[in-house]
Amino acid sequence: MRVELDEPKCVASGQCVMASPEVFDQREDDGVAILLEERPGEELLDGVREAVAICPAAAIRLVEE
Amino acid sequence: MADTLAGATPDAAPEVPEYPMPRDLRCPLAPPPALEPLRDEQPIAKVRIWNGSTPWLITRHADQRALLTDPRVSNDDHEPDFPHVNAHRAAIAPHTPKLITNTDAPEHTRLRRSVNAPFLVKRIEAMRPAIQKTVDDLIDTMLAGPNPADLLTALALPLPSLVIADLLGVPYKDHGFFQENSNRALDSSLTAEEASAASRALGQYMDTLFREKLDNPGDDVLSEMAGRVKAGEMAHQEAVNMGVAMLIAGHETTATMISLGTLALLQHPDQLALLRESDDPKFIAGAVEELLRYLSIVHSGLRRVAKEDIEIGGQVIREGDGILFDLHAANWDPQAFPESERLDLSRPARQHNAFGYGPHQCLGQNLARLELQVVYGTLYKRVPTLSLAAPIEQLPFNHTGTTYGVKCLPVRW
Repeated sequence: MRVELDEPKCVASGQCVMASPEVFDQREDDGVAILLEERPGEELLDGVREAVAICPAAAIRLVEE
Repeated sequence: MADTLAGATPDAAPEVPEYPMPRDLRCPLAPPPALEPLRDEQPIAKVRIWNGSTPWLITRHADQRALLTDPRVSNDDHEPDFPHVNAHRAAIAPHTPKLITNTDAPEHTRLRRSVNAPFLVKRIEAMRPAIQKTVDDLIDTMLAGPNPADLLTALALPLPSLVIADLLGVPYKDHGFFQENSNRALDSSLTAEEASAASRALGQYMDTLFREKLDNPGDDVLSEMAGRVKAGEMAHQEAVNMGVAMLIAGHETTATMISLGTLALLQHPDQLALLRESDDPKFIAGAVEELLRYLSIVHSGLRRVAKEDIEIGGQVIREGDGILFDLHAANWDPQAFPESERLDLSRPARQHNAFGYGPHQCLGQNLARLELQVVYGTLYKRVPTLSLAAPIEQLPFNHTGTTYGVKCLPVRW
């Protein structure tokens, strides 16, 4: 599974960081999301799925490879 | 304007209900009862607002999420048919500069990113020890004072005011002034002139303060914005308006969640016991989400306007039509939250729309969550005998503010 972050859509609410801090972080100057792990391990996927579900900008996708 | 008399023309819709809708005073924490049949049978329905216009009301969780992330749905309140919340907002809209609250992408994205830094998850989390100390101190003071006490003045109002004043760099000694004027600026029971006077007073106050920060910056958000203004990344007036918006938004909402949340928990002793006995930060964080969902205090509907025709749920929302989103209706949508009328602190509630949804979702939500986690995780442990000191029927509920809450909450212990 691969995580896709549509950065131009990101509104920097930080919800992904709250749901999945192992996979996401925020840029310090404007809060825009940073993808730390493009291919997170199985144990992190629940957090990523929550991040996908709660991202207010619908800017995160989890895609099958 | 459409004819509204039921049956006046063959294709006339049934009577168009007024919005906002009245609550059932016997169930003061539940959403207005008329929302439920609308959500079940007419989830995309016309309603009538204060100026006689008839925007669409969206009541289902899934429809709200679809439309609030749809780029054809605009937050530009300069649009002539924008369904303003009251006459005051309609009157000031043409004169309001561009803010995160009245713009769309890409302008909104630029503005939002310029004010996000103070609300970064890590920066907010770093405030936890200081907020814990403030909560402990306020509870100490309450317990040392007269019993019963008003929880609003003892804890619910001072905590968010202290926190936002400290974060922004606004002197807390002015809290009486900014609380009073914030409430008046948002009170739909006042005339447009009265509300405008309160907004102006806040604007002038913030402008003076901001000029001081330009000359003598400190370690606070206003000074950070002053730096951006000096660097040419932000206009002076933008920064002043953002300062006012953060000051207003930063205390009334959180204060209401503290007082109304406590009232809801006192009405549900089994749930209160779960919270009092838990030391699990995840459970406490989940309880905050459930109380946000259950109470959905922002009760006057999010407001938008369609920039193009939009087909949804068998209806066509026409270009220029106003669109309202009732957050309480969506957060009590049984399709999204089974047995939604039950306060259940153990349920997964994180996908509620209490902070809105889409790019305009609440800027301060992470700060609000932190304050509520600390209060809900502390107050009932430290004051296990906390109870209401007046019957719920006698509590003065505020039906005319931006948020729905109580004007005081007498408690004893």
